[in-house]
Amino acid sequence: MAVTEVRISIHPAGLNPKDIAEKIKEQFPDQVIDVAEFRDQVSVIAKRDQIVPLLKYLHDDPILSMDHLQDLTAVDYLKKKDVRFEVVYNLYSTKYRHHIRIRAQVPENDPKINSVVPIWAGANWHERECFDMFGIEFTGHPDLRRILMPEDWEGYPLRKDYPLQGPALENDWPGFTEVLKRSKELREFEWEG
Amino acid sequence: MIQKEAEKIFETKELNVNMGPQHPATHGVLRLVLDIDGETIVKVTPYVGYLHRGIEKLGESLSYFQALPLTDRMDYVSAMSNNIGYCVAVEKLFGIEVPERAKFIRTIVGEMSRIANHLLWLATHALDIGAMTVFLYCFREREWILDLYEMICGARLTVTYPRIGGVRNDVPQEFLESLWKFTDEFPSRILEYETLIDQNRIWLQRTVGIGVISAEEAVSWGMTGPTLRGSGVPYDIRKHMPYDAYDKVEFEVPIGTTGDTYDRYRCRMLEMRQSNNIIRQCIEKLPPGPVMADEPKFTLQPKDKMMPITHPTKEMAYFIEEKACKGCGMCLRACPAKAIFGEKKKPHKIDQALCLQCATCFVTCKFKAMKIVPGGKGLSDEKLAELAAAPVPEEITKAAEHLVKQFEFIKKGPKVPEGELYVATEVPKGELGFYFVSDGSGKPYRMRLRAPSFIHAGCLPRLCVGHLVADVIAAIGTIDIVLGECDR
Repeated sequence: MAVTEVRISIHPAGLNPKDIAEKIKEQFPDQVIDVAEFRDQVSVIAKRDQIVPLLKYLHDDPILSMDHLQDLTAVDYLKKKDVRFEVVYNLYSTKYRHHIRIRAQVPENDPKINSVVPIWAGANWHERECFDMFGIEFTGHPDLRRILMPEDWEGYPLRKDYPLQGPALENDWPGFTEVLKRSKELREFEWEG
Repeated sequence: MIQKEAEKIFETKELNVNMGPQHPATHGVLRLVLDIDGETIVKVTPYVGYLHRGIEKLGESLSYFQALPLTDRMDYVSAMSNNIGYCVAVEKLFGIEVPERAKFIRTIVGEMSRIANHLLWLATHALDIGAMTVFLYCFREREWILDLYEMICGARLTVTYPRIGGVRNDVPQEFLESLWKFTDEFPSRILEYETLIDQNRIWLQRTVGIGVISAEEAVSWGMTGPTLRGSGVPYDIRKHMPYDAYDKVEFEVPIGTTGDTYDRYRCRMLEMRQSNNIIRQCIEKLPPGPVMADEPKFTLQPKDKMMPITHPTKEMAYFIEEKACKGCGMCLRACPAKAIFGEKKKPHKIDQALCLQCATCFVTCKFKAMKIVPGGKGLSDEKLAELAAAPVPEEITKAAEHLVKQFEFIKKGPKVPEGELYVATEVPKGELGFYFVSDGSGKPYRMRLRAPSFIHAGCLPRLCVGHLVADVIAAIGTIDIVLGECDR
């Protein structure tokens, strides 16, 4: 129980993200589909079959050491791209200070991808949220349930074909209709004001 | 002997206890289901989502300007930091540079919100554990900061003071003076809290060795901010990826060693002192100049620049031309004062007594049936029709044009380059990340918020198992969560 104040220097990132992308290409030549760059951030678009070994390599390699999973999410490219979903991993190395983004393609007819919880324990809730919002199943996840929406909710809200205002009145969430019914029943006990 | 016999008679079994969602120590609406064996926690299952408002989905339907106030509502105890996080991310996406003065002002208000947040955290954390006095002392200082907020933007909680491209307005001189006074006073106030609890025997018993997490594990769980630094990982985005003016000020980062509740408490206490230092340096170095980037294509400029001619609202009325009105009902629904009435497919009318002259109907009307008539309130319809028939002065037409232009700009948003990026900033609770996918329009195709509270709430089972029921309260306090941010 001793807290010290340390002076952290401001120094630039360890490896150039382009070099990291090259390294991934060398290690997994048949997995990388494309490399995109925007505002000094590099994203590697990969196939989903070998995603766990690929991320494990990034995590375990002593030169890369991507120990911090900043963010895990998905994007729905409905009618924009051939493959509808992309699961996005934003990785960062707290030791060497470099960043890379991996985007794994997930098709619409079989929305499944392997879970990365064994690599980063924090991916647990990220993947649950992703399943909740996009309906992408993470194979091997220890506890894949809905997290933000009620457990008996139908549909996946962040998909592009899901209406912004939610489901229509007649097929609303049963929990909500139940509350409305209850409030009607109990109205006679309301205070007159 | 008696105990052994008692064990033969009574069997023990695990008990399932529900805690929350309306429990005073859960800091909002967090529900925990505890499996307990006697007093010891065997398993914790957190349930979140009671405050889910779909900010990500909403953000995709709004332009970049319109989505800014939503970020206040995430972490409402440090709204400034959330705004800054959003603005920094959007500015990087747009590719615009913020003026130097705005950067320093943002750093000041960001650190103020860090102090305000840590004060609220300390107050509630100490209250949960049983130290009532600290709560009252902390709120005294927090109130001071909120009053200072009020001086610069008029709001206390949901501020929306930082804007895309800078800040809303320059800070007044009195604000800097009273803030300087605050920074003079504040270190002695921190000492006051520390004398109350730092060596307090009850406090030590409740925090030392509780919720221990090692450095490696903490990184693996995705912890960030002071929660991570308590375990001894020197990861601070203000140093790793400097934004605003953090590369121009000097400060140190407190690091713990054991990673228990006490270390995290000490880290935050020292962090408040550092924030105080940063504010003082910023006030000393504050350069003169503009506070909004001169990029009219990407930012909302000051009102006199966007609307050079503003119409004299007092001396005019809005009037619907009967011939042009198709009776579509658009203005009827849009009117905030409900001053427009009429049936469908028949010309509408405005009740002049209710009209606020806000110009919402004028902007909404697609058939250009809405006319601006010079003249005061309280004129009869016949008189207004007569006035409307006369040619409108040029000044008013121009003012109307500027108004519509500005309205469209905010609603449609600027033209943004296509691409995607993830930008993280250090908010008081940890790493707040924004991941944007832009498709070239004025609205984000995908807006993802990486909320630190969400990740930290996920760590609760790891921190609580093996401890006593009372320590769950300490664990909830130590990770510093706000459920508004957790559920988004």
